[in-house]
Amino acid sequence: MPAVSKGDGMRGLAVFISDIRNCKSKEAEVKRINKELANIRSKFKGDKALDGYSKKKYVCKLLFIFLLGHDIDFGHMEAVNLLSSNKYTEKQIGYLFISVLVNSNSELIRLINNAIKNDLASRNPTFMNLALHCIANVGSREMAEAFASDIPRILVAGDTMDSVKQSAALCLLRLNRTSPDLVPMGEWTARVVHLLNDQHLGVVTAATSLITTLAQKSPDDFKTSVSLAVARLSRIVTSASIDLQDYTYYFVAAPWLSVKLLRLLQCYPPPEDASLRSRLTECLETILNKAQEPPKSKKVQHSNAKNAVLFEAIALIIHHDSEPNLLVRACNQLGQFLQHRETNLRYLALESMCTLASSEFSHEAVKTHIETVISALKTERDVSVRQRAVDLLYAMCDRSNSKQIVAEMLSYLETADYSIREEIVLKVAILAEKYAVDYTWYVDTILNLIRIAGDYVSEEVWYRVIQIVINRDDVQGYAAKTVFEALQAPACHENLVKVGGYILGEFGNLIAGDPRSSPLVQFNLLHSKFHLCSVPTRALLLSAYIKFINLFPEVKGTIQDVLRSDSQLRNADVELQQRAVEYLRLSCIASTDILATVLEEMPPFPERESSILAKLKKKKGSSKLPDMDDSRKNVNGNTEHAEDAEVASKVPSHTFTDNLNVNSAPSSGASLLVDVFSDFSSAAPTESSDEHFPRFVCKNNGVIYENQLLQIGLKSEYRQNLGRMYVFYGNKTSTQFQSFSTSVSSNDVLCSQLNVQEKPVDPLIEAGAQVQQILNIECVSDFSDTPVLNIQFRYGGTLQNIAVKLPVMLNKFFQPTEMMSQDFFQRWKQLGAPQQEVQKIFKAKNQMDTDVTKAKVNSEALGQCEHLGPSVTDLSYSINMQSDFSFMILLLLWCFYESSQLTSLCSVAFTPPALRFRCSSVGRCGS
Amino acid sequence: MIKAILIFNNHGKPRLSKFYEHYNEDTEQQIIRETFHLVSKRDENVCNFLEGGLLIGGSDYKLIYRHYATLYFVFCVDSSESELGILDLIQVFVETLDKCFENVCELDLIFHVDKVHHILAEMVMGGMVLETNMNEIITQVDAQNKMEKSEVSASLKICYLDQIQ
Repeated sequence: MPAVSKGDGMRGLAVFISDIRNCKSKEAEVKRINKELANIRSKFKGDKALDGYSKKKYVCKLLFIFLLGHDIDFGHMEAVNLLSSNKYTEKQIGYLFISVLVNSNSELIRLINNAIKNDLASRNPTFMNLALHCIANVGSREMAEAFASDIPRILVAGDTMDSVKQSAALCLLRLNRTSPDLVPMGEWTARVVHLLNDQHLGVVTAATSLITTLAQKSPDDFKTSVSLAVARLSRIVTSASIDLQDYTYYFVAAPWLSVKLLRLLQCYPPPEDASLRSRLTECLETILNKAQEPPKSKKVQHSNAKNAVLFEAIALIIHHDSEPNLLVRACNQLGQFLQHRETNLRYLALESMCTLASSEFSHEAVKTHIETVISALKTERDVSVRQRAVDLLYAMCDRSNSKQIVAEMLSYLETADYSIREEIVLKVAILAEKYAVDYTWYVDTILNLIRIAGDYVSEEVWYRVIQIVINRDDVQGYAAKTVFEALQAPACHENLVKVGGYILGEFGNLIAGDPRSSPLVQFNLLHSKFHLCSVPTRALLLSAYIKFINLFPEVKGTIQDVLRSDSQLRNADVELQQRAVEYLRLSCIASTDILATVLEEMPPFPERESSILAKLKKKKGSSKLPDMDDSRKNVNGNTEHAEDAEVASKVPSHTFTDNLNVNSAPSSGASLLVDVFSDFSSAAPTESSDEHFPRFVCKNNGVIYENQLLQIGLKSEYRQNLGRMYVFYGNKTSTQFQSFSTSVSSNDVLCSQLNVQEKPVDPLIEAGAQVQQILNIECVSDFSDTPVLNIQFRYGGTLQNIAVKLPVMLNKFFQPTEMMSQDFFQRWKQLGAPQQEVQKIFKAKNQMDTDVTKAKVNSEALGQCEHLGPSVTDLSYSINMQSDFSFMILLLLWCFYESSQLTSLCSVAFTPPALRFRCSSVGRCGS
Repeated sequence: MIKAILIFNNHGKPRLSKFYEHYNEDTEQQIIRETFHLVSKRDENVCNFLEGGLLIGGSDYKLIYRHYATLYFVFCVDSSESELGILDLIQVFVETLDKCFENVCELDLIFHVDKVHHILAEMVMGGMVLETNMNEIITQVDAQNKMEKSEVSASLKICYLDQIQ
């Protein structure tokens, strides 16, 4: 018997749907829908109370209309009313409407929450499930606030039905995703872990999903799940499939649960316990062995389920990256899949191999598949698969195969899909630079890139080639010759004209000896492109011309004539006109010596991370970038990157002195270049380690120190009296740092007040790489000094010493307390002794805005109670601070006007006497 | 996590759309169109995974789809889901629909949107996989239908009594 009988149901609904389907035109459909909407609206508004059945019918119609893409702006109230119906079907349709149509900030949330609350308390499992579904599907903050504490209780209660447990686990997971701060950890966490032992596999699957997400956030709390997960996995993998009855899918035992368990294990390093570890290895081996067995069914579902588990096992092996034997087996298995007739498996194999290529144990093994991957690039019919092949080639590239891979990628670029061309261009540019032994090859490659896919060559790419040519004497002559030849082509891309103009302007003299590329020929060649180019390129060419006057006095006359022509001197574009005027004047009045000084060759650019790499990271989101050692180590590459940009924008760009700009000619062509290098400051900063410090009073993350070599980023988190700080050391150069070591020093007093424990850090930092160090911090008592982080390393033979003040301040350990104003003042009065109070009056620098002040004080994690005092414009806050012994700080922030000047008064009352500095700084934040 | 589940026919007409993250109505319709555009131009027998469209979050998300006769079933998922696992989940979904509707066809989905939603709700909740065991899912759906039947017959009785009076 079919579970849904077609006869019953709502006739009116079926008629309406048929009507819509019979509509011959879009207009007719809209007309019919509007008629129906009017009908439903009048029914809802009508005096006659509708029965549940009619409400249900109309709500269903609205759902259907919504699916067709029409706005529904009424009916919400009726749906909410259905929630409180006693009839299952009406309640169910009400919940359906809500989860499809009500958005999370609807005004009705309160009413909906009420209905949910009743259903959760009903002890009717069906109703409870409906309510849990609704919470999970809407997942709004208000719902999290209302139910985050109830759901863990339902989840771990002994008498909860299995199906409700399943829903509760996922519901909690959803709330934890949307509002993690509202889901309290507590004694239920230990009991959740034990759900991994539950009889019901559905419950175990849901619980595994939940634990995986929670474990990613606080791994220590869920450590015990590892042994349980291994045990469970082992039982599934080794069991005869009949043991698991219904959870066997096409002869594979509980594939989804296995996948989830393997995912959970990827949150942790390999187990330290030897027996556990060998049990896990055994599981993984069994899974790999099963892949070689003949299939138990010819159905694709069988192989899908089996391979889903297999790919997840391989992902775990790669994550552990510790068993060479397993890694090589995984690689061989993926190698088989590369030639599988199932496209899906080829796709996944390419994807997994990308991550495998980064393991030192298997990098060589991956490289053996290069021919297969290249042929995939050429023959795959599916662009998704080809894209994965590009990724893999990029990941497996090293010095030994870089020429082959770059050549293949270049030739693929000619036919590649437009959507992925820019990415391939970036990848080729990076590989060419990274593995260039011979820079003539690099120059050829980039010029080829511009020739094949000029439109997709972003600014970063051509900036970079100029940067490299200028920095390397050995390639300048070759570069000049090559661009000269490339420019001969009748039609060449504008990017090539830019590169050509810049390089000939700097190094044209190196090829001027050959009569075929004499100064005049060079100039005529460049100038033949001039009129086809956009304004910025023309500006750059004008700068190249003035450089020619310096390099080749014999063409001075010709160039002056060009500059003097009306099309330049009277150009409509003000930038071009100004350049022409100034350059012409300069060439007329300046002596040869002055010209030579002003138009000297560009100085070498400072070594820095390739801006192309940064661009690629940005494009892909570095967490996903399956390649390049530095981005791999950079776990939080995205945020780091944003901070980079922030810092860059703060450094004034005038530090880059373009020789062309000395005579005040604003050269936008050159300033294009300035932009890229703008975070280079010409004066090497010595121990400017405090400049970023004040920013960390209210912030926990950001860049604390940066110079030309090294960037230090911080991420920190504090809980009660404990803190953890992640320090990221980024090597900005293209040389590795050696004997890298760090130590944290505190003065004697501070030592007893604050414990800082540092985890060891790798003594080598590769070029462009980033390493992470963890500092564990414990606040023993109140303190006012700051610890200092000393860093020492060798860069190109010289020893570098850097000292950075660590932004660990007392306010990081504050805990907010909210209290009623009565309590507040009672406590305030208790703190009467003179040394227990400090008061500071200061003028507000900016206008006082209640909301802004509140936000600022809140960012300090302070609790508050408002409107305490009698004054009209006052704000008051209380703080309660805890370290291992806790005491309370009360802070009162008053704002009052004084002859139209706004002044705020900050009073602080506290128990221990040592807090003067910190508290007044809090006050400053409030101003 | 599953971000959205979409079913549309060969002409791009939506037959079911379920979003587990909030978008406004316009964006939802645009996402459906974009997804249809991406999926429908692909040949048969190419792979079942592709990177998501820009509206849904670009390359951080994958579209995993299957094409059955006149309908496309598309799941949009993030990197925490197993591709093959989701592909099988689509199969379980379709097999379940087939059992519940007896040879399911596009018309069943059109006329019983609510039922399809209820069946889906037994499998996926708030973007997470809830249940993968078809027997368990069908048991739940059967139980729902029984309740519905008993309520319908109860209300019929009341109508009948009303008429007598």
